Amino acid sequence: MSERTIDTVAAATPEKVARKIRGLSDRAIAWLFVGPTIFLLLAINIFPLIWTIQLSFTNYKANRVGREVKNIGLRNYERILTDSDIWLNMQATAHFLFWTIFFQVLIGFTLAWLINKKFKGNDLWTTVIVLPMMLSPAVVGNFWKFLYQPQIGLFNYIVSFFTGAEPSSFEMLGQVNLAPWSIVIVDTWMWTPFVMLICLAGLRSIPDYIYEAAEIDRASKLRQFFTITIPMVLPFLMLAVLFRGIENFKMFDLVVQLTGGGPGSTTELTSINLKREAFEKWRTGYASAYAIILFVTVFGLASIYVKALNKVKER
Amino acid sequence: MSSFSVTETSARAKWISGTLVILYALITMIPLVWIMLTGFKSPADSISYPPKVVFEPTLEGYVNLFTTRTRQTQEYLEANPPQNWADEIVRQYDMVIVGPSKFGQRFMNSVIIGFGSTFLSIFLGTLAAYAFSRFRIPLADDLLFFILSTRMMPPIAVAIPIFLMFRNLGLSDTHLGMILLYTAVNISLAVWLLKGFIDEIPREYEEAALIDGYTRFQAFYKVVLPQAATGIASTAIFCLIFAWNEYAFAVLLTSATAQTAPPFIPTIIGIGGLDWPAVAAGATIFLLPVMVFTILLRKHLLRGITFGAVRK
Amino acid sequence: MEHLKLAKAGALTVAMSTVAATAQADDLTLCWAAWDPANALVELSKDFEAKSGHTMNFEFVPWPNFADRMLNELNSGGKLCDLLIGDSQWIGGGAENGHYVKLNDFFDANGISMDDFAPATVYAYSTWPKGTPNYYALPAMGDANGWFYRKDWFERDDIKAAFKEATGRELAEPKSQKELLEIAQFFQEREIDGKTVYGAAIFTERGSEGITMGVTGALYPWGFKYENTPGKYDMEGAVNSPEAVEALEFYKEFYKTATPPGYTNSYMGESLDAFKSGQVAMAMNWFAFFPGLYADPNTGGDKIDFFVNPPQNQAGSTLGGQGISVVSYSDKQDAALEYIKWFADPEIQAKWWELGGYSAHNAVLNDPGFVDSQPFAGDFLEAMGAVQDFWQEPAYAELLLAMQKRIHDYVVADQGTAKEALDLLIEDWTEVFEDEGKL
Repeated sequence: MSERTIDTVAAATPEKVARKIRGLSDRAIAWLFVGPTIFLLLAINIFPLIWTIQLSFTNYKANRVGREVKNIGLRNYERILTDSDIWLNMQATAHFLFWTIFFQVLIGFTLAWLINKKFKGNDLWTTVIVLPMMLSPAVVGNFWKFLYQPQIGLFNYIVSFFTGAEPSSFEMLGQVNLAPWSIVIVDTWMWTPFVMLICLAGLRSIPDYIYEAAEIDRASKLRQFFTITIPMVLPFLMLAVLFRGIENFKMFDLVVQLTGGGPGSTTELTSINLKREAFEKWRTGYASAYAIILFVTVFGLASIYVKALNKVKER
Repeated sequence: MSSFSVTETSARAKWISGTLVILYALITMIPLVWIMLTGFKSPADSISYPPKVVFEPTLEGYVNLFTTRTRQTQEYLEANPPQNWADEIVRQYDMVIVGPSKFGQRFMNSVIIGFGSTFLSIFLGTLAAYAFSRFRIPLADDLLFFILSTRMMPPIAVAIPIFLMFRNLGLSDTHLGMILLYTAVNISLAVWLLKGFIDEIPREYEEAALIDGYTRFQAFYKVVLPQAATGIASTAIFCLIFAWNEYAFAVLLTSATAQTAPPFIPTIIGIGGLDWPAVAAGATIFLLPVMVFTILLRKHLLRGITFGAVRK
Repeated sequence: MEHLKLAKAGALTVAMSTVAATAQADDLTLCWAAWDPANALVELSKDFEAKSGHTMNFEFVPWPNFADRMLNELNSGGKLCDLLIGDSQWIGGGAENGHYVKLNDFFDANGISMDDFAPATVYAYSTWPKGTPNYYALPAMGDANGWFYRKDWFERDDIKAAFKEATGRELAEPKSQKELLEIAQFFQEREIDGKTVYGAAIFTERGSEGITMGVTGALYPWGFKYENTPGKYDMEGAVNSPEAVEALEFYKEFYKTATPPGYTNSYMGESLDAFKSGQVAMAMNWFAFFPGLYADPNTGGDKIDFFVNPPQNQAGSTLGGQGISVVSYSDKQDAALEYIKWFADPEIQAKWWELGGYSAHNAVLNDPGFVDSQPFAGDFLEAMGAVQDFWQEPAYAELLLAMQKRIHDYVVADQGTAKEALDLLIEDWTEVFEDEGKL
């Protein structure tokens, strides 16, 4: 669109008439444009959610066609909240969430800080580091299962190369004390780049003049790091934690392929447990209540967190 | 910036940080390289212990990935000499190739559903993003937040009614059903990203076009779209990557006709157990497109994966 | 409904007795697990295609997903499968939820008698409620959990001498569960040809049914019962009997002292891998894999032999295997029934065994040449004489998942005692049966 034509035509069109035509059709167009999206979300997200809520008060089983569906009130919720096994699943999920976020923030931030030194070829290596997170978690989980095999997998041999321990002396996926860490390692491998990228964006958003001013004030490098770098990156870091937190609370594919929840139920995250209830045991009503409890938990935690995040941003 | 700048990193610090980052990158690549190498091992080599780093490469994994084979009697094998190199490979197990495997079909499903849902998300997303960017929509902020929040929902939370709904509507195990579903998941990302991109296009361009006598549609089509092309392309790739890698819904809602590759690859079995070279070959083929995209996408990566929340 | 079915079956016999060519040619899809016998079935079915004019398609699902995928398919009323070779435990759900077509009238109309099939297979694969003459499937593939071992190692003089010295017995196929463990422990971490090898690969898988299928291999020989009185669901004192506790402890000891490291979540595939890569002296697995194992170029032939799951207090093997059913959502039930009629023919059954499928037809099993026809044929007959199966209730999946959890928690994750695990299992099962309205 060249400036010239616009200018010519603009001069030739009466402002008022044009605006009126636009004004009328704009409203219609706006709804026409937004409508399908809203409709799709209502049909495939909101309607099912409402349905889930409704099912959660029944004893419905989706695999029993003829069975009478009874309204059983809050019985499902009661059963879930008093089930000690489900609390164990919650604990496993919390362990997974806490440590994946801890390591990803630690390693991700360090990497971003190093990359921000702008050494030669940093772009290329950043791209290489980012690759794991673009892969399919199910395929990744499946393959790490292979890598973790004490006899035929690579992982134990690499560990034994550095520590001298016998490769078959430990089983990452089979030992109760190691299995929770095995899923933390894979998730950290896969998602550290994500935290790194966000931190890098944060670091690059700090204008140079702030450091220059600090330098004039003779603030030490260490002091600069804690009074400038960390506070300026913090909002970015918190955003990364939010995204990872939500994602890992939903985590299913990676872990299901890796451990299937075992050994015993040590790595049975809530999402895996939920899938078992819903699609293997077919306790539809019960599983619906479970889903609602999880949903409310994520939403509640996320909203509190977002409030905190906004406060940090305002500072 | 002058060479005396206080913020310029010293050569020594650069060297150290470069070494550390490269070291990390190399370590992080080991599993990926191992997957690719395993694709060229024979089944026996792939499960040998200790693991073999040096081995005789073979295309057995790829042959097994793409074919179905059946065991045959000695008489049959003698009467029918191998047809080609692939046939020759499977003959060592007294087997013959009887046809293509399902991998090609599963991969095609990934392509159809991936691209189909990407197209639909972009199409609907662009329209909605444009409307949010340019028109005064009542409760726009609430609507936008609503759109974003749908992405936070654990898929399993809505999986049960979606399963029931699809069963009643006959959408179970259909391409259309999966396309609609992935579109619903992706559209929040698409709207948010695209709104960011469209916001950056100066309004004056279209206003001028409107004054020029263009209708809204024309202005949108002829002025905004070309300007937003880069944004649309990168949004599309992020939608595609999600649809390409998705597993949970695919496992629950598809089986024979519309199943995509991620639930399929981990279950490729050979004569007895998992056929690791074939699994590795499948994983490699499946990963390659995403790797290429990642390299092409370097610049937009951050914006895409953070819902446009962070711009580099 | 019954009339309609009868009419259909009647019409079918007429159609078949006149000219086959007049019947409409259909595209049939048969669903089963993806494994060796399935390939054999493809071969076998070519004869059906030639005779009937129908075309056969196959949908084979890998074992780890088989139950999930197929039950999902049935529960969504899918039309993918016209014929389904479904696992034995599905029969209750298949019958009660109306997924499977009842076959009694069809059998009567076509002169197919269930007396022609091995009683254990008819009971397990075809009847619901259990043991009543209501048939929802035709026994298609007999199967049980058995063992195979490195015959070449068992025959080596140095190994035999070492075994004699260690145990005072001759090294041979075990005659009891405890001998089995002794042999496995003997091989555990032994150097053979410069490699460290291990005792035996057993089932420990958590996700689907693995560890249950493995542990019942110990439970049944010890005399484990699901109920005190069949059909009464009175599990206290049966499921947690002293014998059951002892057997469960035995399985854990086996797992801890005689299996290769890393086999903490292993099922059929891992068991085969362990054996084929030369890691173990013995392994448990389904008979269905034995033809393939025997044909393996590296560890098959002279190097392998087979034995039936050893007895302890009594003989007992875990039942595998499947019956073939017609899916009630199929539009091509007539053609599907035609397939079953063809498959039930003794001649076809003989060919089925020849190709590597385990026929359950008496004409095949009672043939004088049967025992010597394959190195594992005799063991198979012996195993099928003493098989037991898991619950086949419509709620079997809930029952199975509870057992998977409790057993895995105890055996692999070291939680609690064997008695506690079984007590908890009774609690879980009681809850399921209460939900079902059966208690």
